[in-house]
Amino acid sequence: MTDKLSNAQIAWRAAQDIADGAYVNLGIGFPEMVAKFQPPGRQAIFHTENGILNFGEAPPEGEEDWDLINAGKKAVTLKSGAAFFHHADSFAMVRGGHLDVAILGAYEVAETGDLANWSTGPRGIPAVGGAMDLVHGARRVAVITDHVTKDGKPKLVKACSLPLTGVACVTRVYTSLAVIDIEGGCFVLREKLVGLSVDELQALTGGTLVLPNDIADLTVPEL
Amino acid sequence: MDKTVADLATAIANISDGMTVMIGGFGGAGAPIELIHAMIDRFKATGSPTKLIVINNNAGNGRIGIAAMIDAGMVAKMICSFPRSADPRAFTEKYLAGEIDLELVPQGTLAERIRAGGAGIPAFYTPTSFGTDLAQGKPTAEFEGRMYVQERWLKADVALIKAEVADRMGNLTYRKAARNFSPLMAAAAKLTIVQAAQIVEPGGIDPEQVITPGLFVTRVVEVADARQEEALMRDGLAYA
Repeated sequence: MTDKLSNAQIAWRAAQDIADGAYVNLGIGFPEMVAKFQPPGRQAIFHTENGILNFGEAPPEGEEDWDLINAGKKAVTLKSGAAFFHHADSFAMVRGGHLDVAILGAYEVAETGDLANWSTGPRGIPAVGGAMDLVHGARRVAVITDHVTKDGKPKLVKACSLPLTGVACVTRVYTSLAVIDIEGGCFVLREKLVGLSVDELQALTGGTLVLPNDIADLTVPEL
Repeated sequence: MDKTVADLATAIANISDGMTVMIGGFGGAGAPIELIHAMIDRFKATGSPTKLIVINNNAGNGRIGIAAMIDAGMVAKMICSFPRSADPRAFTEKYLAGEIDLELVPQGTLAERIRAGGAGIPAFYTPTSFGTDLAQGKPTAEFEGRMYVQERWLKADVALIKAEVADRMGNLTYRKAARNFSPLMAAAAKLTIVQAAQIVEPGGIDPEQVITPGLFVTRVVEVADARQEEALMRDGLAYA
């Protein structure tokens, strides 16, 4: 057993919870990887804020159409049954609660469900994009992230220290070590890596882990 | 009624100093590069228009389009959601030097504020940004047990729009995801200026396919060979 999951494995685990036919928005960067790991027989419909439903993978290099891009401004393709729409319709889908799932990255997630993922503080150029809209729109807002920062500090914390993206919005976190639900202002441990004790996981987590009786093993394929 | 004009310089006439200008596009998709460059040409020849407030999702990329306007010193303030790009140097330099203002708006709120401006709705409530730094100073209210932030409409003196097909009455279609903010901006400006890849006679667009009705459009100019921001970036071009 590896000591932690790779990003691809975290994305794989998150993809297992997406139902067939779900309307899904994946944040730019790491969360985009979730699309690659849909279980066989299931097909989610992916939404991009700039105005496409049911887009597919990137085209081969040299075949890009730069009017056909995703929110990360990368070239994409269309699947059959795709649709274009303007930005107000796109964010009506978001804020109107019409998306089933949004999966985002995080700098910090608090046990209250608060999320910080858009700003690392007052220095530099602030940029927010659609993150603040997405966290209040989708029926389920999940985060995929390493369990700790590059310096080994917890990313799951009692209260966020960085500027918030949204208050009490995240309901599930898929990390490199565990799957954790946020319920009633607590981190509830659902799955953890087999080789990891609860004490070791707690030591790497900023808030108190609530331990139900049926904590499952977090098992993922080699990817 | 014929809203077409002969050339880009005529299309951008009457844009004057201090105006608020909405510019369609998300990244390069839908960016009306030729209208923007015509405005830069006029600025270089006459010193006007300058001190503009520009509304776009982004704040320019590389040395073309909005980035070239910023480089030229035409922009006093950007209202946008994401002032970063592959090459955000133009905005970044001016911002860090204190030479350009920024109003950062969440992307969906930006779209809805523009929509509200076009629809004559002065304010609305959204859950977006509640409890965050971007809600500071804004009124909040509870509806059905949930907290919302009041946001105000955005209107403009001018909108610059890139369309795919226009008819002479100003009815528009867009190409793929180049639609993005453009239908909203077309409605929210007093003067809506469109560059279209093709201009056809009235009736040349199936009414079922019209995305922006001509009522929202003031002028249309044909730019058959419009360049894409990404293609210009890849060629390493600068408009300066």
